[in-house]
Amino acid sequence: MASGVLNRTAAALDWVSAAFDAPLARAVVFGIHIDGHLVVEMLLIVVILFQLSRKSYKPPKKPLTEKEVDDLCEEWVPEPLCPSITEEMQTEHPTLESAAAPHTVVDGKEVVNFASANYLGLIGHEKIVDSCISSLEKYGVGSCGPRGFYGTIDVHLDCESKISKFLGTPDSVLYSYGISTIFSVIPAFCKKGDIIVADEGVHWGVQNGLYLSRSTVVYFKHNDIKSLESTLEKLTRGNKRAEKVRRYIIIESVYQNSGQMAQLDDIVRLKEKYRFRLVLDESHSFGVLGNTGRGLAEHYGIPIEKIDIITAGMGNALATDGGFCTGSVRVVDHQRLSSSGYVFSASLPPYLASAAIAAVDYLEDNPSVLTTLKDNITLLHKGLSCVPGFEITSNPLSPIVFLKLKKSTGSQDRDLQLLQKIVNRVLHEDSVFLVTSKRSSLDKCRLPVGIRLFVSAGHSESDILKACGSLKRVTDLELA
Amino acid sequence: MVRLPYLTALTTLFSYGLLFAFGQMRDFFRKLLETDGSDFLRSVPVFAIQGYAPICLGLEDFYTRRLYLRIQDCFNRPIASAPDSWIDVVKRYSKDNNKTLHRTSETSHCINLGSYNYLGFAAADEYCTPHVIESLKKYSPSTCSARVDGGTTKLHAELEDLVARFVGKPAAILFGMGYATNSAIIPSLIGKGGLIISDSLNHNSIVNGARGSGATVRVFQHNSAAHLEEVLREQIAGGQPRTHRPWKKIIVIVEGIYSMEGELCKLPEIIAVCKKYKAYTYLDEAHSIGAIGKSGRGVCELLGVNTADVDIMMGTFTKSFGSCGGYIAASKEIIQHLKKICPAHFYATSMSPPAAQQVISAIKVILGEDGSSRGAKKLAQIRDNSNFFRSELHKMGFEVLGDNDSPVMPIMLYNPGKIPAFSRECLRRNVAVVTVAFPATPLLLARARICISAAHTREDLIKALEVISKVGDLVGIKYFPFEPQNAAPHNALKKLE
Repeated sequence: MASGVLNRTAAALDWVSAAFDAPLARAVVFGIHIDGHLVVEMLLIVVILFQLSRKSYKPPKKPLTEKEVDDLCEEWVPEPLCPSITEEMQTEHPTLESAAAPHTVVDGKEVVNFASANYLGLIGHEKIVDSCISSLEKYGVGSCGPRGFYGTIDVHLDCESKISKFLGTPDSVLYSYGISTIFSVIPAFCKKGDIIVADEGVHWGVQNGLYLSRSTVVYFKHNDIKSLESTLEKLTRGNKRAEKVRRYIIIESVYQNSGQMAQLDDIVRLKEKYRFRLVLDESHSFGVLGNTGRGLAEHYGIPIEKIDIITAGMGNALATDGGFCTGSVRVVDHQRLSSSGYVFSASLPPYLASAAIAAVDYLEDNPSVLTTLKDNITLLHKGLSCVPGFEITSNPLSPIVFLKLKKSTGSQDRDLQLLQKIVNRVLHEDSVFLVTSKRSSLDKCRLPVGIRLFVSAGHSESDILKACGSLKRVTDLELA
Repeated sequence: MVRLPYLTALTTLFSYGLLFAFGQMRDFFRKLLETDGSDFLRSVPVFAIQGYAPICLGLEDFYTRRLYLRIQDCFNRPIASAPDSWIDVVKRYSKDNNKTLHRTSETSHCINLGSYNYLGFAAADEYCTPHVIESLKKYSPSTCSARVDGGTTKLHAELEDLVARFVGKPAAILFGMGYATNSAIIPSLIGKGGLIISDSLNHNSIVNGARGSGATVRVFQHNSAAHLEEVLREQIAGGQPRTHRPWKKIIVIVEGIYSMEGELCKLPEIIAVCKKYKAYTYLDEAHSIGAIGKSGRGVCELLGVNTADVDIMMGTFTKSFGSCGGYIAASKEIIQHLKKICPAHFYATSMSPPAAQQVISAIKVILGEDGSSRGAKKLAQIRDNSNFFRSELHKMGFEVLGDNDSPVMPIMLYNPGKIPAFSRECLRRNVAVVTVAFPATPLLLARARICISAAHTREDLIKALEVISKVGDLVGIKYFPFEPQNAAPHNALKKLE
């Protein structure tokens, strides 16, 4: 059966080739006998060559004529530079009429101030003001130039060595603005291709730095060591490429957005295990945590060399302005040439550097101020623990006491409105100045909003009790 | 526009090539000879600390070690006085071939041609300083709080109104740092789907702000309205890349005075183009506000541009006003919007109150509201000083960039060897000048930059000119001997964009 089919197919093929060969079966070219099928093949080759020689098809290109471009430009309607202003957006902020000390004057009324991160109570301190005045008389107000071009005043260098001596680091570098410190430092060290693991609750300055660095950023759950560990594990295990790029963990010591404190001992253990470098923002812990105010590393008893890069704003505990970054000589020297906020910005006004020196001096001479601050924080914690409808999310040692609504209204905006209403009533009825954790819509932090109280060593017991009592009273009325 | 002669270009490239070759050779031998864990070796990947990639990257690190460190004494010179017309420059010494520098207690008294002290408000001032000290006693140096929380004092409110009135806009907003003003405001104005068209020589803060905004960035040739128009037409017609949707909005960013060139912005032409194509304009007056214009109101006043035509006017207080911080002045709606959204307004410590007071006092002096005519005198003085100094430099044969009336005048040096030579020789003769090299300028276009102040007297300037002329001969940077009859031989010049 099978052979029958084969036979018949072979016969059919023979017939076809015979039919092809038939016209030129006996053709002889230059004495060579050619079969007819070669003609067909030659024809095919000619067709192929013809097709190849043709340009591939492209839609005809018709550039826009001048007239059309004119029309398009005429037609284009840009969006306005800013959205139109609605009623609710026009909120005025309270205006201070005296120094932002624990007692201040807001809109003509004396109030107790929990809105300033004046942790050591140094605002208005005589010694600091005196050092500023003598600096102002000698150096004037501004430095009139970036550090590279005669904007380095000797007090800047003194301040840098003062800070590194205080912290026990080899060197440090001053920045002229607290928030720009971290967003200049991160892009100076992290470039495209590097890996950064950051807490999801970091403040806007860090977020901006992460964005500008163009590195690969992976977030872990807010202040969650397990989440950090699994993130590090995922990133490094079996990943050969990860070993060749620089890897960083970026955290805050006390989170501005929640008042929680980083668990540095665990983080240092993990960083060494997975060989990451650690960048720590100490804005709210420098001069606050530890027995002598040397920050989070002292609090945990960890040698400061274990942290590769430390940054801090000086607009908090030190009651001045600007910021610093400290670390090894190499880390610091690199910034002096590569950190945009350092190289391209005018330097810190010298009187603010003098104020910082005086503040660190004060802290060294009076470590007891830290005990007062701690007592105040504990007292406030105790007093606020039973405010109805609120829970405290901040660490018991954090100088930012953060109150979160127990029952959110479901949207951040409405939460904020409610909190703002409470805060406004507390200010107007009881003369206690508190603030809500307002958020810019450019801020990517998704932690819950709340009321923030900045505790100062300058607060008296009665100030704190007054704040607690007032908040309780107003909350009772508002949340009832 | 810089015209770089072929021969100079060649020698400059040769010098850099030599530095590079020697640097590589020294690195090679160090690698061979040193085996301990020194800092240098850690920068070489093979010797990096086990498991960590080096923290400083190859070529950048090479540039620092082998080129910058050799001449680092020309930069970051500490001073021990106010940055006034004369300064005390602290002497430094090095024991390890300039790798580390140490301060001494000795100083040398030098004429200051480096600081941005355009109006002379840097030093103690008879009107400003008492007011500043008074506000320091009242408000102390800091508020320790952001503007939206407890960081707004009466001084901030007063200064915002005053700045708005001074620059001729309905409203203004303050920031504690000039750099952050640009880098935080631009993202608040524009985002994805927007287009920023930026001058090719804009300051780093604008570049960073534009990058941080998420908008697409295009660059137009420095100060060329024609090229700006070309870019605008192409972009509006083409729309966003890939999707070809129309752009949401377009912002054109220019500076009033370009700080590395000393050139004035061709504002009238650029504004005309922007108006024609409905693009918004953003003018950075960091160096021009207070320094130029009949009453110190900056480049708009000097070039006769109506401030209503500029959508956003940015400026800093670090320069002419001798303080710190920056501002944005614009329509009421835009300022309201910025106050609602700008992160620096929400999270950064507010501007130090005494610094705000310094600006208030300085503006009052400029406007004559202090009851004297000192402001007008200062403004006349800086114009005279600048034009005198510039014309004298021209006559001496230096290649000076920039426009008349601009207090910033770069002198081209080109060769890397001439950078430290010029700077050190001037310092030795008690004139403090600023030299600028890569990466702040293109590699071949190293220059010295002179900033004139109203505080300089004619004698100061004449003395400085004598020194510069002498050093110029010594270093060989008088590239264009002054010949009023025939202009520079154009055919032998190479044009650089």
